[in-house]
Amino acid sequence: MAHVFPDVQTVAALSASASPLPLGTARRGFCGRIDAIAATGHAAGLPAGELESRLLELGFVEGARVEILHEGTFGRDPIAVRVNDATIALRRREAMAILVS
Amino acid sequence: MSAAEPVGPWHLALVGNPNCGKTALFNALTGSRQKVANYPGVTVERKSGQFQTPSGRSVHLLDLPGTYSLRARSPDEQVTRDAVLGKLAGESAPDMLLCVADATNLRIALRLVLELKKVGRPMMLALNMIDIARKRGFEFDLDRLSEELGIPVVTSTAVRRGGVEDLVGRMDALIAAPPAKAAAGTWAVPTASELRATQREADRILAAAVKAPGRPDTLTGRLDTVLLHPVFGIVILLAVLFVMFQAVFTWAQPAMEGIKAGFEALGALVQAYLPEGLLQSFVQDGVIAGVGSVLVFLPQIVILFFFILVLEDLGYLARAAFLMDRVMGGAGLHGRAFIPLLSSFACAIPGIMATRVIDNRRDRLTTILVAPLMTCSARIPVYVLIISAFVPDEEVLGLFSLQGLVMFGLYAIGIASALLVSFVAKRLFWRDHPTEPFMLELPDYKLPRPKSVLIGLYTKAMMFLKRAGTTIFSMMVLIWFLASFPRPPEGATEPAIDYSLAAWIGKALEPITAPIGFDWHINVALVPGMAAREVAVAALGTVYAIEGGAEAADKIGATLAQSWSLATALALLAWYIFAPQCASTLAVIRRETGGWRWMAVSFGYMIALAYAAAFVTYNVTRLLAAG
Repeated sequence: MAHVFPDVQTVAALSASASPLPLGTARRGFCGRIDAIAATGHAAGLPAGELESRLLELGFVEGARVEILHEGTFGRDPIAVRVNDATIALRRREAMAILVS
Repeated sequence: MSAAEPVGPWHLALVGNPNCGKTALFNALTGSRQKVANYPGVTVERKSGQFQTPSGRSVHLLDLPGTYSLRARSPDEQVTRDAVLGKLAGESAPDMLLCVADATNLRIALRLVLELKKVGRPMMLALNMIDIARKRGFEFDLDRLSEELGIPVVTSTAVRRGGVEDLVGRMDALIAAPPAKAAAGTWAVPTASELRATQREADRILAAAVKAPGRPDTLTGRLDTVLLHPVFGIVILLAVLFVMFQAVFTWAQPAMEGIKAGFEALGALVQAYLPEGLLQSFVQDGVIAGVGSVLVFLPQIVILFFFILVLEDLGYLARAAFLMDRVMGGAGLHGRAFIPLLSSFACAIPGIMATRVIDNRRDRLTTILVAPLMTCSARIPVYVLIISAFVPDEEVLGLFSLQGLVMFGLYAIGIASALLVSFVAKRLFWRDHPTEPFMLELPDYKLPRPKSVLIGLYTKAMMFLKRAGTTIFSMMVLIWFLASFPRPPEGATEPAIDYSLAAWIGKALEPITAPIGFDWHINVALVPGMAAREVAVAALGTVYAIEGGAEAADKIGATLAQSWSLATALALLAWYIFAPQCASTLAVIRRETGGWRWMAVSFGYMIALAYAAAFVTYNVTRLLAAG
C-alpha cells in the first residue's frame, strides 16, 4: 500500500498536545498561523515530500496567516483557505499536513 | 549599411502563475496577430503572437502555460520549464522572460520570480491589473521592488485600453540594453527548504515594497459568501448550468436554421445549374449536404465556449470546481475534471484536451475515459431526428414536453454512466493508488474583457471548422462514394444504392446487428458515423435520398418513422449514448494518453456498453410491444 490513513491514536495525540492542530480538522471561521508543514505519509495520496513542496508553492509557509473562509456542501469538504492574501481551495485530507495554532 | 543591426524578431516568453491575467495580457499585446497550435509530440497548446515596439521592432511573444514553479508536474508545466530553460525542441530560447504577476496577489508570484531568476535569463516583471490593485488600496514602491528583485518592473492593465503602454513603451530600451542576467543559470529543482527560503525572501520583499490595504477584496468576499454557500452556492451553480444549456439549445436555433437554409439554397442552386448525373450528385449530396450537416453545429459550439470563457475569466469556474469536488470525488474524479467534462457537452475533443489541467496521470486517464460519455452536441441531431420521428409531441403534466423529457433523460443517462464508469475504472485499474489532491487557487472575481473573450471564441471556432473541413468532410465524400459506386447495371430495377459498396458493407454487418434491431440501412450510416456522430444523420439522409429521391431526404424523419419499428429507434438511441462513434475522439485519446492502449480500452468498453444497451432496449421494447 502506498499510503496509510492517520490512525486514531495519532490524531488523538496531536489534538491532546493542545496547540498545533491540523488545519484539516478546523472549522469554518478558524483563524491562526501555520506552525509547521508536516507531510508525513499519512496525509494524502502524494509522497510526503511532494505534498510538502506543493503546499509550500501555494504559499503555505510557516508563519503565514490562515483563515478558513468556506466549507464544501457535502461533508464540509473541500475547504477554502485564506493564506495571507490568496485564497486556496484544498481537501481536508491534504490540509491535515498543515499544523496551525 | 549600419553595423550589426539585428533584424530577426526579439523573442519574449510570458511566464506566470495560473490566473494572473497572462492570457488577457497576451491578447492585449498581440490582438488578432496570434497563432494557436500544438507543441510537437505533446498536446499542449502553443500560443504565439507578434507586436511592434514604438520604433517598429517586431517582438515575437510566446504565451507559456501557467505554473507555480519550474518543478513541472504536468505536460503543460514541462513545456513552460523547457521553454524557459531554452531546451524546448524547435523553439528558439527566449531573449527575455516577461514574468506576469497579479498585482493584487503578489506573494506566490514573487516566489516564482525569485525561482525564475536562477535560470539566468534577462527578465522583467509586469505587475498586471495594477488599476484594480491601486483602487483597492495597494501602494507600490516600484523602484524599491525593482531594486530588491534586481530586474525591471513595469505595470500593466490588460483589460483597459492603453493599459499596456508602459510595457510596450519600454520594450525598445530593454531590447537595446537588455537587463543583466540575474544569475548564471544555476536553476535546479528546489528542495523543500529552498522553497521555504525563497518564500520567506518573497515575503520580506513584499513587506518592503508593497503596502497592502489590510483587508482582502470585500467584493470577492461578499460574492463568495453567496456563491460558495453550502446551499445557495449549489443552487446558483445549477441555475448557471441550466441557463447555459438553455442558451446552447435555444439561442443557437435561429443561426442553425439560417445555416441550414443557406446550404439548402446552395444545393438547390447546384441542382438547377449542374447537369443531372454523377457530378451533380457529388456536389449536392456529397459536398454541400456533408459540409452543411457539420457547420450547423458552429452556433452551439460558439455559445457554449462563450459561457465557458466568460465564466473562466470571471473566476467562477474555479468556484464551480470547488463546489463540485466532493460530488466528483465520490465518483473517483478530481474537482478539476468538472471543466473538461463540462466542455465535453459541446464536444469530447476540447474536453479531452482540457484534461491537461489535471496534474495526475491516473485522474487524467479516468476523466479521458469517461469524457466521451457526456452527451456531446454531435449526438443532438441524431437524438432530435429519432425523438421527433418516434416520440409523440405531447405535454406531460401540462408543463413539460414529452420530447424534451426524453432528451433530458438521454443526457442524464450519459452523466450517470460517466460517473459509474469512472467509479468502476478507479477501482479496477487504480485500486492501490491514492487519489490526487485537489488544490486550486480561487482568484478574485474580475470582469472579463470582451476582446479577450472574442479572441478566445474565434480560436475555438477555427479549431472546430478545421476539423469539420478535414476529417468530417473527407468522410462525407467517402460515404457518398461508397453509396454511389459501383453504379447500378443497365436496366436495373432496384434503387441504385442496393448495388453499392455501402449496401454490401451494411449487409455484411447485418448478422451482428440483427439482435439489436439494426438493418443494413442503419449499418450503412453507422460505418461513416465512426468519423463523427453527426455524420450518421447526413449519411442516413444520403442513403435515403439516393434510394428515394430528394423528397425523402427532406422528410427523413417521416421516412424513418415508416421504415423503423419503435424498438429499432429506441435501440439506436441507446446505442448512441455509449457507442464510440467518433474517430476524431479516439485519435485525440490516443494522442493525449500517448499510446494505443487507452484508446483500445475506451473503444472496447464503449462498444460493449453500446451493444449491451441496444440489445436490452430492443428486446425489452419488443416484449412490451408484443405483450
